[in-house]
Amino acid sequence: MEIKNANAGTLESGDILVQVAPSEQGGLDITLESSVAYQFGDRIREVIAETAKEFGVDGVKINAVDKGALDCTIRARVATALVRATGKDIWKD
Amino acid sequence: MQRLRRTMMFVPGNNPAMMADAHIYGPDSIMLDLEDAVTMTEKDAARMLVYNALKSVDYGDTEMVVRINPLNTPYGKKDVEAMVKAGVDVIRMPKTETAEEVREVEREIEKVEKEIGCLGRTKIMAAIESALGVVNAYDIATASPRMMGIALGAEDYSANLKTQRSDSGEELRLARETIIVAARAAGIDAFDTVYSNLNDMDAFRREVEYIKTLGFDGKSIINPRQIEVVNEVFAPTQKAIDKALAILAAIKEAEKKGSGVIAVNGKMVDRPVVIRAQRTIDLAIASGILKEEDI
Repeated sequence: MEIKNANAGTLESGDILVQVAPSEQGGLDITLESSVAYQFGDRIREVIAETAKEFGVDGVKINAVDKGALDCTIRARVATALVRATGKDIWKD
Repeated sequence: MQRLRRTMMFVPGNNPAMMADAHIYGPDSIMLDLEDAVTMTEKDAARMLVYNALKSVDYGDTEMVVRINPLNTPYGKKDVEAMVKAGVDVIRMPKTETAEEVREVEREIEKVEKEIGCLGRTKIMAAIESALGVVNAYDIATASPRMMGIALGAEDYSANLKTQRSDSGEELRLARETIIVAARAAGIDAFDTVYSNLNDMDAFRREVEYIKTLGFDGKSIINPRQIEVVNEVFAPTQKAIDKALAILAAIKEAEKKGSGVIAVNGKMVDRPVVIRAQRTIDLAIASGILKEEDI
């Protein structure tokens, strides 16, 4: 699956900005910046990784800047960024 | 008890912080907006956000409504699919003008419900925002058994009439009365339009009092600050509650004895009086003035 650069989300409180880019090394490479990284960093990475796995993508770099987003918001922003990056929507036309 | 819909709070569908907090303020319904509040380039993001929020956030007893984009845009059908899959209570149609538009949305809902095995779960409400919509209000209200309400959208409506919103709301008089009559004739709820000047709470209160007198079930609101005012206006007085309790007690008593027509304080009590009494009690309970065990 071809991956283009794409992003979703914002830097507003309660949101997360997710940037997706192709990675030549394969696999999933996550970088995270979060004001609550000490308490929730592992959980945020886990949600990002789960969402990417459900999407079936490989060879992706995900850079996330979190502003205290809930799990459902993280899932939504990662999924939107991946839809934009791959052009593969999950809803029917 | 019939569901009360005094306040339907509009929340932009692409704002995660507002979506996560909205139910804390206690609106009867929350309307997450995928339409006017979301720019064209963010339609996909808002849909995904609302889908995930509906699946994960515990909104308690709050009725969850989503305003979708019209089906004749590239977003409408995807909105329906995502929201039905997320388990939304009500799909709100914007700018509805004909009964056929309601049936089109119904067919889309049915397709998705059949796919996931929950046929008949999703309700529909329609916003009427044009002269044609007002003319067709009753047909729209009765277009589907899924219809739970119709609402006035005054900004587009007044633009369509070639006028503008005024403080008195004179330009909306026919639309409001038509929507109320159509909703009542169809046996569904009626919602008034938003009042957007948050700096004039007195004028807001006057408008809520006015639309309550017309017969509306509730008002669309844009800010949690408006909830308290609407609930206060819709809360019954102690005198009305006492009277309603007396009527319901007399009815119970009459049923026990098997007698038909009854009188309370010398006045005959018939069906409309009983229905009104029950609504007064429902409102009193919802307003926290009365507890169910007190009845």
